[in-house]
Amino acid sequence: MLTLRVNGKVHHVDVDPDTPLLWVLNEQLGLMGTKYSCGIGECGACTVYVDGENTLSCITPAGDVEGMEITTIEGLKGPVADAIRQAWIEEDVPQCGYCQPGQIMAAAALLNSNPNPNDDDIDAAMSDILCRCGTYQAIRRGIHCAAKRYNHEKK
Amino acid sequence: MKKSEIDYGRRKFLKVSYIAGCALLADIYFPGCSSKTENKNRRDNLCAPDAWIKIGSDNTVTVIVNHSEMGQGITTAFPMIVAEELEADWSKIRFEIAPAAEIYKNPAFNYQMTGGSTSVRTSFNILRNAGATLRELMIAAAAKTWNAAVSECRAENSRVFHRAGKRSLTYGELIDKAANLPLPKNIPLKKPAEFKIIGKRMPRLDTLEKVYGSAVFGTDVKMPGLLTATVVHPPVFGTKLKRFNSGKTRALPGVRDVVVINEGIAVVADTFWQARQGMEALEVEWTKSSGENPDSEKISQRWAKLANKEGKTIYKIGDVDKFFKKNNNIIRSIYELPYQAHATPSPMNCTAQVRDNRCDIWGPTQNQDAVQEVASKITGLDYASINVYTTFVGGGFGRRISADYAAEAVQISKKVKAPVKVIWTREEDMQHDFYRPASYNVMQAVLNHKGLPVAWMHRIVGADHLAQRLPERIPLKMPYKTPRLLRNLTEYLSGKLVSPVMAGMHAKEGAVPLPYNIDNVRLNFVNDDPGIPLGPWRSVSHSANAFIVECFIDEIAALTGRDPYELRYELLSHDPHMRNVLELAARKSGWGKPLPDGIHRGISFHEYHKTILCFVAEVSVSRTGKIKVHRVVCAIDCGIVINPKIIEVQMESAVAFGLTATLKSAITIRKGRVKQANFDDFPILRMNEMPKVEVHLVKSTNPPTGIGEAGVPLIAPAVANAVSSAAGKRIRKLPINLN
Ligand code: FES
Ligand code: FES
Repeated sequence: MLTLRVNGKVHHVDVDPDTPLLWVLNEQLGLMGTKYSCGIGECGACTVYVDGENTLSCITPAGDVEGMEITTIEGLKGPVADAIRQAWIEEDVPQCGYCQPGQIMAAAALLNSNPNPNDDDIDAAMSDILCRCGTYQAIRRGIHCAAKRYNHEKK
Repeated sequence: MKKSEIDYGRRKFLKVSYIAGCALLADIYFPGCSSKTENKNRRDNLCAPDAWIKIGSDNTVTVIVNHSEMGQGITTAFPMIVAEELEADWSKIRFEIAPAAEIYKNPAFNYQMTGGSTSVRTSFNILRNAGATLRELMIAAAAKTWNAAVSECRAENSRVFHRAGKRSLTYGELIDKAANLPLPKNIPLKKPAEFKIIGKRMPRLDTLEKVYGSAVFGTDVKMPGLLTATVVHPPVFGTKLKRFNSGKTRALPGVRDVVVINEGIAVVADTFWQARQGMEALEVEWTKSSGENPDSEKISQRWAKLANKEGKTIYKIGDVDKFFKKNNNIIRSIYELPYQAHATPSPMNCTAQVRDNRCDIWGPTQNQDAVQEVASKITGLDYASINVYTTFVGGGFGRRISADYAAEAVQISKKVKAPVKVIWTREEDMQHDFYRPASYNVMQAVLNHKGLPVAWMHRIVGADHLAQRLPERIPLKMPYKTPRLLRNLTEYLSGKLVSPVMAGMHAKEGAVPLPYNIDNVRLNFVNDDPGIPLGPWRSVSHSANAFIVECFIDEIAALTGRDPYELRYELLSHDPHMRNVLELAARKSGWGKPLPDGIHRGISFHEYHKTILCFVAEVSVSRTGKIKVHRVVCAIDCGIVINPKIIEVQMESAVAFGLTATLKSAITIRKGRVKQANFDDFPILRMNEMPKVEVHLVKSTNPPTGIGEAGVPLIAPAVANAVSSAAGKRIRKLPINLN
């Protein structure tokens, strides 16, 4: 039995502790927003936060994150998340949408640590999250737009 | 309602139907509630005077979209087209993906399929007519309510007004009355100048659920008792399962069964991870292939030899031979293209539940009729007993036009007698794709004294994807009630008779007819199929052929000292529309103006099913041979623009998708199997490699064409031509490798 803290709730799950966190989220907890695409840590579709850090859930054994605070796209909340989502809606960032939970998690993490990212900062923070549909420039526009919105609201 | 109950004759596109009554994209799927017979009674508050639009008593307008949403924005474009004529309130517009039904067949193929950038092109007038008819019906209902003349009423924002707006009723308030009125006929459609929604940057209707992580893709389907399976396929093409030992697998927790299917072997478990562990514990032996295993290098060597053959003449205008015999001003080059994988972000997956008398399938398909066909073959059920529910598609690019993953889900569910979700691993997905064909091309042209090509010869050596895929596609064109025997026979005969004749017919697409004014052109095809499974890959044969043609045109320009833009301009003198697009791209990119040090320009021009495009790429090459694409300027004439914002991002998308194949990745065959397995050896373009993309649209009142694929063919040649100029050597192979 593992005890996982996900999006502020405590779950007890009966699962092999080696099971990647991704599949526990999807299959035991029914949180489908975190996506499987490569399973080897190459694409970022499965990005979640563990104690606030970007983490690739497809290569993270669930047993390793017991008791830590896990946040998924479903639990991503707060002013930065709101600003990102609003910007994503304004810019219509998603195409197929499959990579977008990972993109949004990474973008929110970037904005949390750097409220005024320039293009290089965006490249550095976002280049590990692949988008086969090529929404990269839309993501860039989205992050700039979210930063503006967020910084404006803070004032 | 049973599909057979639909009365097609009476109301062509308009029919009474209560399809898709339950929320198709709800979190949990209740197969029961979508049964076609039950829906017949689900009048609730829905008025559904046709197959395309439902109006609710709450005044919502739901547009039924008969194409899959895979990112191309069709679930926004179709509602826009409907709303325009319907005079609908945009804030109350919704969409649903259509179930599989005969009325939803794509007229371009005669089966229900999303592909070929055909959706807007084929549906524009159908949807406008549906919207206009419903609008007039609402006006008639209001007029009747008020005892007023129809001419005194007008519709706006989902509401009918009487005279100067003194009285009004919403569409929702009018549906009961409207349901009993005859459908108005022959309603004139708006002129482009009257458009209020078409042509505007309307927000996408699928964004919200995609930013909250609640959008339901194929892998997100849930239902009680659902099992999950993963499939192993024979790694070497052309081989089969010989024997296996599942003892260790079956001993693992959660594993329910190990099932042999036509395509390979499936491990069924409570969860994917358990199935995957089970798959790793399987001991499997595959048969040996009968002949020599294909190998990319050997294929290429063989094709080089075969290129000396004449092959079959697929296309011919003028008299090429006359020029080639008489002239010695001939330019000749070899172009080679590799196999390409679709690498859809979501690996192949599908959910099926087979019961005694029905089969339900949920999945991200681009081809609902192919899914029905494979399910019908496996279960013996007729189409009326098969239901297909299309989820959001996590990337299609043509891969999901095949229904192999659906066939697997149906077979497994049938065997284990439970609903089963099949999810492939990325590795299986990469190694069991239907690949964009590789090809070997001999290009030759005769130049006249002015340096202009007067005769053009293109010889393609390789296999034609359609020759492989056609047999399984032809039965899909038949009416739903066609008996199984006849379908099977059609498939068999298509394989025997049509496929051999077809070889080359599709491989030529995008190579001929040339957009250019060259009077003598011939394309020959030397058919040699090494047995690698082939399929359509975003823009299909155009993706390869535009690269070849556009780079060869640049070679001619370079050889004769002409500017590549000027040469194309000259060769397009017969077509003002095309010239216009070429000029627009040149103007917006600053063609001919000086560039910063180290930046080089390349141009490409192409027509994709009546969409005319021109790209200019700005590229630099580092001392170590690293290529960076900085900026891509795209000019497009795609007829009437539905949503400019969607076109812009589709061009960004085409650039990104095409750049992976231009600069980074290819599929190679080693000893009969695919060498690449995941994104570590098939890398996808990343954010820091993405150029700026600028899109310029030609204003047009011509019927809309397509945009989902149209940009892909242009990016490789634009970049290759720029690299040729930067590196001082011609690029004739993809992906570009300068080392
Ligand atoms: S699925 Fe985890 S990095 Fe790709
Ligand atoms: S939106 Fe499709 S993969 Fe990113």
